[in-house]
Amino acid sequence: VRIDVMAMNVNGNARAPDGKNKKKTGGVEGGSERGNFFLLAVGSKALNEIWTNTCPLTFCDGLCRLLVMEIGKSCCFSNLTSNVSTLLITITITLVVIRFLYVIYWCGKPLRTSLQPISTLIVLGSGGHTAEMLNLLSVLQTDRFTPRFYIAAATDNMSLQKARVFENSLVNEAGGEVVELAQFMQIYRSREVGQSYLTSVVTTLVAMAHALWLMMKIRPQVILCNGPGTCIPLCVIAFFLKVLGIRWSSIFYVESIARVRRLSLSGLLLYKLRMADQLFVQWPRLQSKYPRAHYVGRLM
Amino acid sequence: MGDTDERRKCYRTVFVTVGTTSFDTLVRAVDTREVKEELSKKGYTHLLIQMGRGSYIPHKSTGEDGSLTVDYFTFSSSIADNLRSASLVISHAGSGSIFETLRLGKPLIVVVNEDLMDNHQSELAEELADRKHLFCARPQTLYQVIAAMSLESLIPYPPGDASPVAKLINRFLSFPDD
Repeated sequence: VRIDVMAMNVNGNARAPDGKNKKKTGGVEGGSERGNFFLLAVGSKALNEIWTNTCPLTFCDGLCRLLVMEIGKSCCFSNLTSNVSTLLITITITLVVIRFLYVIYWCGKPLRTSLQPISTLIVLGSGGHTAEMLNLLSVLQTDRFTPRFYIAAATDNMSLQKARVFENSLVNEAGGEVVELAQFMQIYRSREVGQSYLTSVVTTLVAMAHALWLMMKIRPQVILCNGPGTCIPLCVIAFFLKVLGIRWSSIFYVESIARVRRLSLSGLLLYKLRMADQLFVQWPRLQSKYPRAHYVGRLM
Repeated sequence: MGDTDERRKCYRTVFVTVGTTSFDTLVRAVDTREVKEELSKKGYTHLLIQMGRGSYIPHKSTGEDGSLTVDYFTFSSSIADNLRSASLVISHAGSGSIFETLRLGKPLIVVVNEDLMDNHQSELAEELADRKHLFCARPQTLYQVIAAMSLESLIPYPPGDASPVAKLINRFLSFPDD
């Protein structure tokens, strides 16, 4: 299978490999300048171009052939030692990029799971978020989404309590039979309501570290969230774990019913960065503004 | 005499709620003479204020002098009972309070808290007001909205349904449809 490797400059304009504007790339010389250049140019626009113009499989295949070509070219031993380290770095970056593109490609594609129960992480938030989430949970079949892990912000006192009440009601409905107990956890808050965006950067990093710890413990297959800032560190870490191949979590984001004309910051981040597998909105104006979102009407 | 007897029988409560927030501006506005007069004129007899985390304490009143009976509290585990026994609800613009009230079919005036940064709550209140499910007011204009409101013009809110989302999620995970 052949692939025409398009050399692109950072602005994403395609041009012939031996064209003008040759950049100094260092490392491997001569004919492999094209190879290094190609890899360096994997910036945001370039990604899009490559993405739309090539099929991932032929893309990966072509890249591997390119690398084999490069290794073949470095036949002289003195060249080889200095080239090996560059090559190793290049390979590692390439693999990460390939994996990243692979994850983005498969995000949003339906899964083919066996009919086993799926471990589910449920992110709660202050204000209406918890009420909306519990409303959603009441129509999901809870024997499919189990074991359930509830996470709320450390300063949120009422959400976990409401979740406990909900879980107790499920136990009562099931006649006291409990298959798996739900677990309730707290996470450091990335941003308090009204906190300045500047200090929020620091608190968000702390929240990220805590999120990593929790996610490694839980490793859920499904994440349900609906907007509180609490969900961002968790979703980012989940995406990170997807790329590393540690756990594939499907992220479902339901934008709050309070968002009529604009997405919340959490929703916007997940939408633009394509981190949510499916993003649902409750008002039609949001669907026209954000075409990749799914309009589902009002939940409440 | 006859009037007071009628009023005692006609126990019409206005319930004011700020949810889990602090919304002194609303509590202050409700505690003014203008608002209380307009509520009296509309035939309401009792005013119950749930003041949440606010610091402004409204004035209690027994209503013996023919004015509104006023009482307040900070929180309760569930305001459902207060909502059920109210004839009119004045609420902050939190979606939880709004939809809990609309689901009970109670007339609702929503007051948006303009002190909140990035006030996204106003979007919801305005959209629902446009669809005639509730009235929208600012703390300063509350008494005018009360005076001008016509409860018959309100359209009942059709209940929401979360099953479309559940269906999509199930399909995505390849669970069979129910």
